[in-house]
Amino acid sequence: MTALTTHAPVLLIAVPLLGAFAAPLVGKLGRGVRNTLIGLIVLFVALLAALLAVDVFGAGGAPTVYELGGGTFTFPLSGGQIPVRILFEVDGMSAFMGLITALIVLTGAVFSFSYWKERSGGNLYFSLFLLLTAGIFGMQLTGDMFNFFVFLEITSIAAAGLVGFRVWLKQSQEAGFKVMAMYTLSGLLVLLAIGLLYGQHGHLNIATLANSINGGLVDMIALGLLLTGLAMKAGAVPMHMWAPDAYGEAPAPTSAVLVANSQASLYGLFRVLFTLFGVGVSASALGWILIVLALLTIFVGVTMALIQHDLKRLIAYGAVSQIGYMMLGVGVGLARQASIIASSGVDALSDAATKLDFGLVSLQGGIFHMLNDAACVGLLFFASGVIIRASGTRDLNRMGGLGHRMMWTSIFFAIGAVALAGVPPFNGFASKYLIYEASFQLSPFLAVIAVLSSILLLAVFVKAFQAAFLGPKTDATAHVSDPSIGMMVPMAALVLVIIVFGLFPGFFVDHIVTPAAKALWLGHKAYIGAVLGGI
Amino acid sequence: MNIGNLPFVVAALLVIFGLYTLLFKRNLIKLVIGITLIETGVNLFLVTLGYRTGGISPIYTYAPEAQQMVLPTPQALTLTSIVIGLATTALLLSFAVFVHRHYGTLDVRKVKELKG
Repeated sequence: MTALTTHAPVLLIAVPLLGAFAAPLVGKLGRGVRNTLIGLIVLFVALLAALLAVDVFGAGGAPTVYELGGGTFTFPLSGGQIPVRILFEVDGMSAFMGLITALIVLTGAVFSFSYWKERSGGNLYFSLFLLLTAGIFGMQLTGDMFNFFVFLEITSIAAAGLVGFRVWLKQSQEAGFKVMAMYTLSGLLVLLAIGLLYGQHGHLNIATLANSINGGLVDMIALGLLLTGLAMKAGAVPMHMWAPDAYGEAPAPTSAVLVANSQASLYGLFRVLFTLFGVGVSASALGWILIVLALLTIFVGVTMALIQHDLKRLIAYGAVSQIGYMMLGVGVGLARQASIIASSGVDALSDAATKLDFGLVSLQGGIFHMLNDAACVGLLFFASGVIIRASGTRDLNRMGGLGHRMMWTSIFFAIGAVALAGVPPFNGFASKYLIYEASFQLSPFLAVIAVLSSILLLAVFVKAFQAAFLGPKTDATAHVSDPSIGMMVPMAALVLVIIVFGLFPGFFVDHIVTPAAKALWLGHKAYIGAVLGGI
Repeated sequence: MNIGNLPFVVAALLVIFGLYTLLFKRNLIKLVIGITLIETGVNLFLVTLGYRTGGISPIYTYAPEAQQMVLPTPQALTLTSIVIGLATTALLLSFAVFVHRHYGTLDVRKVKELKG
């Protein structure tokens, strides 16, 4: 067990990566063998992520460093050693993101087994699915900027492949091109920023870079490029055009994983803002930039969802708007952190954390919402896949009366929808409440927009639910039924997560969200110290 | 101006041309060319970062004493970036082929079933 925990960061990447290339070969032996292999891999990965989380949260979210190959260094480094090896650095935030990814990948893979039953292309599908998984884990666990870029590109290629690999579908090709172009552009912006940082400081390691970044002109240009590139890949609003297309045109289980992928980019953005630039370049303006982007994302996402009549595109715009809530929570936290540092210094942060300053609460809300959003949006995408396959149409105007024969699916869809809209007692309420409360203290206007958009989102889903499930049966929906057990179980698992997290939010906030939030709030020094020692 | 800075200027120009192409051209193939231009610019920037005037290649075996070497790390980065660029370009072009097969055109103004 301890060896597994020690090597978890690299195994989380290596196992899905090997699986990705084994899938097409094993697929030759038959579908059952392949599904068994994929199932074992995702189960193993989920177990590893859980072990890693237990380990990291057991230590209060303190960062641990893993070095790949030849154990000649002991961390923290001493005597001017330079970390030239491949480093993984896992703190509370990384472990938390790992849990989210594990949840979505596990449910997504199990759902896919039944979803892909009648179609060809399953081998390629699972190959890309596992490649995407490896890339997402890599982005979340790496301690090196260039490796971050490589994993970013791995997720880009795998995600675009998943969106567009059904080449017989007209729209999916259009979406695939758009997604790949935007992802490539965002990756190149990130690479340019990494090049600038390397030229300025001569390092690629996040900890050593964070140690020497001081907010000079080149640093700020690099920050701007990173902010643009990562926000673009997360689907924040001025650069969101690809997101509804991608989520809408990808196969249903993949849409959920694509949302996890966007969250991984968001994680990268937060890592850059808090850890890489962190205390060295703390400015309220950065927090406000994030807040403005967030408000735009929330508002545009919800209003665009309101006018959709394509079920999947509607959910996709809902997913875009939820990215905004995470950015709002973290942006408020960033602005507050900067003002605390400006007024009373870095040491005041831990004091503010014990007093539960609203900046930390806001961070908790934003981070907790990532997990809740993954569960809710994942559930909605799964349910939409079931609905679309049963009724043979994506157009809400042509659906109707599905609730008569698909009782469980309609219940699941309703739970996912109200949870995403932030209705108690589900999990979306728990995290959104933290965001409302904290952002109100920074500026009431932010909370007003956030609450208003949540209500609009509820209206969107009431409309969708009414159109799809209520009313008389139509010709298309007369002979539908609930899906097989293989698709019901993943949906039920996500419903369980939604309800448990909604009923006992305090427990989860204390044990997994707070260490993650504190890793951002005051983890700057610890993150550097884990590699370089007590500087 | 120092002649050694010229590659940086060229890299910046390539990125700017690429961005211009992305923003103002309407043909899918030209968009791919634009992305490739940006990529080339970034790669040139990385290589130039590591170049030292009069430096030798960074191989320690039989290296002359006290001779400056060019930095190896940016070259490794560039190689990785080129390989990734190959994959993305290939994927983009194959999407363009399939878009042309379905829509019968490469004009982005006519390829817009997904909007709003």
